[in-house]
Amino acid sequence: MNFPVVMMSAIGLDEAREFVSLEADLLDHACYEEWLALWTPQSRYVVPIDPAATEFEDTLNYAYDDHEMRRKRTERLVGGQSVSASPVARTVRLLSRFRILEANSACCELRCAQLLTEHRRGRTRTYAANLCYRLVREAGTLKIDQKVVRLINSTEALGGISYIL
Amino acid sequence: MNIAATVASDAAALVLPDRVRSSMYTDPAMFEAEMSRIFERTWVWVAHASEIAEPGDFKMVMVGLQPVIVVRDRKGAVHVHVNRCRHRAATVCEVAKGKTNSFVCPYHGWSYALDGSLRGVPYDAGYAGAIDKRQFPLRSLRVEEYAGLIFASFRHDIEPLADFLGGAKKWIDLFMKQSAGYPLTTLGEHKFRFPGNWKIQLENTTDAYHFPLVHKSFLNAADKETEAMMDIMNNGGFVEDLGNGHSVMVMIPGLIDLEENLDAPIPKKFEALAAELAQDHSEREVRRIVCAVGGTGFNLNLFPNLGCSAAFFRVLQPISVEETEVRHVALGMQGGPKAANRARLRIHEFFQGPMGFGSPDDAEVWDRVQHGAQGGKDLWLMLNRGIAAEERLSDGHRRSEVSAETGMRAAYQQWKAMMEVEPS
Repeated sequence: MNFPVVMMSAIGLDEAREFVSLEADLLDHACYEEWLALWTPQSRYVVPIDPAATEFEDTLNYAYDDHEMRRKRTERLVGGQSVSASPVARTVRLLSRFRILEANSACCELRCAQLLTEHRRGRTRTYAANLCYRLVREAGTLKIDQKVVRLINSTEALGGISYIL
Repeated sequence: MNIAATVASDAAALVLPDRVRSSMYTDPAMFEAEMSRIFERTWVWVAHASEIAEPGDFKMVMVGLQPVIVVRDRKGAVHVHVNRCRHRAATVCEVAKGKTNSFVCPYHGWSYALDGSLRGVPYDAGYAGAIDKRQFPLRSLRVEEYAGLIFASFRHDIEPLADFLGGAKKWIDLFMKQSAGYPLTTLGEHKFRFPGNWKIQLENTTDAYHFPLVHKSFLNAADKETEAMMDIMNNGGFVEDLGNGHSVMVMIPGLIDLEENLDAPIPKKFEALAAELAQDHSEREVRRIVCAVGGTGFNLNLFPNLGCSAAFFRVLQPISVEETEVRHVALGMQGGPKAANRARLRIHEFFQGPMGFGSPDDAEVWDRVQHGAQGGKDLWLMLNRGIAAEERLSDGHRRSEVSAETGMRAAYQQWKAMMEVEPS
């Protein structure tokens, strides 16, 4: 017998852009529970040091977080026991220059620019980064399977970053 | 009274046996004097041998505020050169780390061999024979190595490195056991800056007293075993003055010698790693590697700029009187099991660096120290914790309980001794 074939279209730029903009909004507004729910179980949040790195498990990163580490990171931000995160820096991040590098109906690679301004204790800092997302469609909704934050100054000395880039 | 003599008498007045003056952190003149009297007169750590393993390998660092290049020449000898062309001062290298055959000045093309000798001067006929290349090599520092730690000094008549390290050598040897018999190698580094004086960070490496408070959020995030192990105020640790400004803080006495208790039960957090390693290693090797993965239970503070700190190198780089760069260099087993090195990388990322669960909290309180020190510059920084209970060991070293400020007192006595010596 023939199975019915459901043709699903590839993940498009608008859908992907809307989704990562939601992620940015959740981080800037400290909605961490909703943020944690955006990820697949095996996903990784990565902030590499080497801007050219594509494999992260065997190299030193600033962050290489599985679900457990992401949860701990959010708890640190709301727990009130970290002196560098009490209060948490206020952030505004702007995402732009979106480009789909690869896409099918199940997953896509999206690259975009992020300009983030941080303010805390009288000091304002800016971090510019290239973001690379691997998004997958699960049960009709998008999830993050990998997010890589490549700071343009990642090989330089940074200030303390007690929030999520 | 000349300026040099003023610095000497001022420096002496800033340091008492149990306290130092707050202006230590804030006085630009004192900072300038520290660069010439300490950083340009003692042994300063510049590299680990694995960072420049092959001929031609180099890295850029600073000794005090002077830019230098650490390079291995074709015969394998390590040189440290001031990164400054002998013609009109441009740097001859602006690549942080790499491999090369020579250093060429980008301004007029003077070129230098790896050993620093001047090889080429373009259009040298223009000097009409008035330039003798032998007179213009890159300025070189004296270089010595102990257990893979490479130090350099601007003073060519300085005491041998082994004498300078003295009582710290035994602890360096113990620290190196965390490569489990493989050659120790660097695995990358985290760099961050904080707006504060370099000595604030120097003090912190043997400061157990801050740990339960500043690192509470780290302890909460860590597993229960790590949390218990890092209850360092209550684990019978101690701190010891090793002479020449060096000191050691033992936080976990059971992890002084990583090869001593190999029959101890494998911690729960390393059970999965042990099972993975058991696939191609003997029971004994597995225990040795697992024990090494967590690092040592002590911080060794080498005056003025290196900490051999549990499982990583902490490198201090003064930038200005109120700005300091800190590098946390990750370490691993060269050619060792991937799973073991991965575990070490994840442990390093967890605490260290600008996004770690530990370093940003340290940086925040150091920032607060610098800010607070702008108030009451005539007040004292109190370093008298544990002084009454300090015992003197048979080798002359002072020792006190883990949260004593013995290490800081040791560093400041060395600071004072060096600052009192007039520049020659």
